[in-house]
Amino acid sequence: MPAAESYPDELRYHPEHDWARVDGDEATLGITWYAQDSLGELVHFEAPEVGATIAKDGTYGEVESVKAVSDLVSPLSGEVLEVNQKAVDEPEVVNEDPYGDGWLVRIRMSDSSELDGLMDVAAYTAHVEAQ
Amino acid sequence: MSAEPGRPWPEAPLLFERSRPGRRAGRPPRPDLPEVELPDSLRRARAPRLPEVSEPELVRHFTALADRTFGVDTGFYPLGSCTMKHNPRLHERLAGLPGFRDLHPAQEDDAAQGALELMWRLQEMLAEVAGLPAVTLQPAAGSQGELTGLMLMRAYFADRGEERDTIVIPDTAHGTNPASVTMAGYRLEKVETDARGNLDLEDLRAKVNERTAGLMLTNPSTLGLFDEGIEEVARIFHDAGALLYYDGANLNAVVGISRPGDMGFDIVHYNLHKTFSQPHGGGGPGGGPVAVRESIEPFLPVPRVVREGDGFRLDHDEPKTIGRVRGFAGPFGVFVRSYAFMRAYGPALKEMSEAAVLNANYLLARLKDVYELPYDRLCTHEFVLSARALKKEHGVTALDVAKRLMDYGFHPPTIYFPLVVPEALMIEPTETEPKERLDVFVDAMRAIAREAEESPDVVHDAPHGRPVRRLDEVRAAKSPVVRYLFEDHPVLVEAE
Amino acid sequence: MSYLSLTDRDREEMLAAIGVSSVAELFEQVPEGVRLGRELDLPPALGEAELARHVEELAEKNVHSGRELSFLGAGMYDHYVPSVVDVVLSRGEFLTAYTPYQPEMSQGVLQAIFEYQTVICELTGMDVSNASGYDGCTVAADACFVARHVSDRRKVVLAETLGPQVRQVVKTYAPGFGLEVVEVPHDNGVTDLARIADAAKDAAAVLFQQPNFLGCLEPAPELAEAASEAGALAIAHVDPMSLGVLEAPGEYGCSLAIGEGQAAGNWPSYGGPHYGFLAAKGDFIRRMPGRIVGETVDLDGRRAYVLTLQTREQHIRREKATSNITTNQTLLALAGLATLSWLGPDGLREVGETCLSLAAYARERVPLEPAFDQLSFKEVAFRTPIPAREVVRRARERGVHPGYVLGRDYEGMDDVLLVAVTEKKTVEDVDRLADVLGEVCS
Repeated sequence: MPAAESYPDELRYHPEHDWARVDGDEATLGITWYAQDSLGELVHFEAPEVGATIAKDGTYGEVESVKAVSDLVSPLSGEVLEVNQKAVDEPEVVNEDPYGDGWLVRIRMSDSSELDGLMDVAAYTAHVEAQ
Repeated sequence: MSAEPGRPWPEAPLLFERSRPGRRAGRPPRPDLPEVELPDSLRRARAPRLPEVSEPELVRHFTALADRTFGVDTGFYPLGSCTMKHNPRLHERLAGLPGFRDLHPAQEDDAAQGALELMWRLQEMLAEVAGLPAVTLQPAAGSQGELTGLMLMRAYFADRGEERDTIVIPDTAHGTNPASVTMAGYRLEKVETDARGNLDLEDLRAKVNERTAGLMLTNPSTLGLFDEGIEEVARIFHDAGALLYYDGANLNAVVGISRPGDMGFDIVHYNLHKTFSQPHGGGGPGGGPVAVRESIEPFLPVPRVVREGDGFRLDHDEPKTIGRVRGFAGPFGVFVRSYAFMRAYGPALKEMSEAAVLNANYLLARLKDVYELPYDRLCTHEFVLSARALKKEHGVTALDVAKRLMDYGFHPPTIYFPLVVPEALMIEPTETEPKERLDVFVDAMRAIAREAEESPDVVHDAPHGRPVRRLDEVRAAKSPVVRYLFEDHPVLVEAE
Repeated sequence: MSYLSLTDRDREEMLAAIGVSSVAELFEQVPEGVRLGRELDLPPALGEAELARHVEELAEKNVHSGRELSFLGAGMYDHYVPSVVDVVLSRGEFLTAYTPYQPEMSQGVLQAIFEYQTVICELTGMDVSNASGYDGCTVAADACFVARHVSDRRKVVLAETLGPQVRQVVKTYAPGFGLEVVEVPHDNGVTDLARIADAAKDAAAVLFQQPNFLGCLEPAPELAEAASEAGALAIAHVDPMSLGVLEAPGEYGCSLAIGEGQAAGNWPSYGGPHYGFLAAKGDFIRRMPGRIVGETVDLDGRRAYVLTLQTREQHIRREKATSNITTNQTLLALAGLATLSWLGPDGLREVGETCLSLAAYARERVPLEPAFDQLSFKEVAFRTPIPAREVVRRARERGVHPGYVLGRDYEGMDDVLLVAVTEKKTVEDVDRLADVLGEVCS
């Protein structure tokens, strides 16, 4: 079952519909409800290698539905610590639970000041409505 | 075993399921010669699991599969951008003449004069249609023609010592255009379409500069609209020292009316399988000849077909050529068909385009009150409607309309393309359809719009009368099964 | 002659419905300055009978394999095309359908492509095949594009015994891919292992051909191993008609197998249209170019087929697509499916045995020195005492085309003639070739 539309308050958002959940110097990344809804049921998550360096606004992977493909744009720079194997094996988990079991990667941030450039939930919700 | 009520489509087992060990059809000749010893490392250890079937079963198999396939021969096929016109059967007979079919491509030129003459004459006719002097027939299809055109641009600028790395493409372009740009090693710059469906000239002027190698444009565009500003577009590129590439996907609209060379294009590809009647074959083959201006001719692929006195030969010796883009001199059987097609019409090819455009405008006129028309102009050979209103009001999408058309006996139009139109339905009737067939198509499209309002479930659940209903495409993509899994036999049909 | 359907009355009614007074008005969107304004300068229209006669006259000017006994091969072969192929080619549904974008309308052609993919996987020992490429040359370029994306290396290695046209096409495409092309020369007709191993060290892929263009059997398993050990993809270009007797590339370590399909089910047709095949190990499925048909079920759970993994393709992934290909060679590939199914595993093996035996017989019987001391599959290269072109000219005067002059493509081989046999040739045919070559070379 696809999740109902929601945008959690505690997350930081990137205008390309990616979110980050910060925990100390680490962050978990995923795509928003809006992104998964636009794509439709996901069939593939092309994940980065653990240990890879990713850059803010750069691409760190791809997600695909049957008829669409989307770059994963990183909201933050850092090193990939972990890839969500469940999302690799069963990508539909991203549709079912985009902010929980459907997270994509966990990184160690290299520049926490980048957080200031991200949107809060109010700004992101406004951004989605303008789409 | 029992017949399934209401399902006129018998099951179609796979060849591998029809197979029985020891059964066979063909028996190749075995001369009375000793068998040759091969080293173990080279000799095949396990036989390939090819089907083991008798000839009558093989014939029934392919007949059953043909029955489950819809072609232009079956019915109306208004698939936008694909030009699904009638394919004259004479052409199959001609392409199968032993003098063509059994002619080896490495045959000496003096023993292939008829083939070379046909190719040379086809080049001449295509040059006249494009308004450009030099033609290569070699590319295998439209997208290879595109790639060839981009390689020609690269060679042309390299020869002039210019470094240009960008190709401009409109947002309405076929996906082949950007894909070809990448394969040719160029960078992509996208330009927008204005409110009338023409290239946005302001946007264009801002993006064309000394790094621009050229433009790739389909004209009329994938919206079925002729670019009214084409002369200015050409000026912008030529003033910047860049070239214009014409994607001939929609040439069927303008043969004998307006020539790409006269519009200002320097390089043109044709789709012989669209405009010039090579049958589409369930996906191919095609033909993608390319025509160019004199200044680009030295770079054309080899071999070239040239005339010398009364004879013809393959010329391999062109120092500036980009090289070869496929084997031999091109898909010759396709040339036979397209040559015959052009000779049948002669100068009346113009009437072909006129009829294609008339048919499209007639459909447009009769449908635009029930489906939204995003660009309200006369169209050329095709037009794009939107099912946006149906979706908003009744939850019926372009996909639903397409599937429901199947129940009325029509192949659906192209859907969800071009990308600039939401819920797009791209309709191209071609010139060969009679008015009464267009009329029943109109009736079906109008009926579906009514159904969307009155009984949307019928439309959502369509098709109802095909061998299968809508498919689980997610399953196909998520865990791909792309060959018969002998080991799992007989898996496949899932119960409830 | 035309194929139009509208009557004058239709036209009037249609123009009235549109609300214009003439067809010319429909073209007012074409700016005055770019209209042709004259009739196309084309030869006058022909009726069907006249047209047929004209084209038949052109066909008559060609010397085809029914008019001389031909031993031409060099990539295009005169194998028997069984009559079941006509069943496929003559059915209008296959002939006149488009690419099966709408699966409910196209189950037949989709299933046939799925069967074709299976047959190609079986022949090559691979896990996934596409629905066909243009020909045996362009699939090599496609394979290099795959290698370019799975490797950081920017070089591909081509054995010089890979078909000259295949190499030329790769070289035409490579600059756009940002790939450098290196060729490794042959030694006595086959590829030198040490040189391949050396060249492969910083290469994304190594491409070789089995049987090779010079007619020799390569030490293919060793070549594949050398490539893999150096970290390059091993890619074999193979003859489908050899794969009843020769080992499948998937069994000796190749990542991809490609080839020209013409020999299986298509007539030579002066070079096309034919089909190229491209198959790979499962790891490469998301990098495959072109159409792929997959199996699934419909809403009622019925088995069904559909174009799948389409996000690889240009119409979705656009500039990041795995290839720009759309139109492919489906109909010709289905002719291949019909042919290989008609042969079955036993028939294919027998074709292979016949080729091996006839080639060995030709080597023995032809009164010329073989150019290379190697095993042959269906082609043998001979040294000629006079230029091979002259041998061809003289033999053709006697009604025999004795083969392909390797000097067309290889330096120093103006005196080498490549003779091809297939199961269509008989012992008597080879005897006649031997006698004619004996006459014209003495």
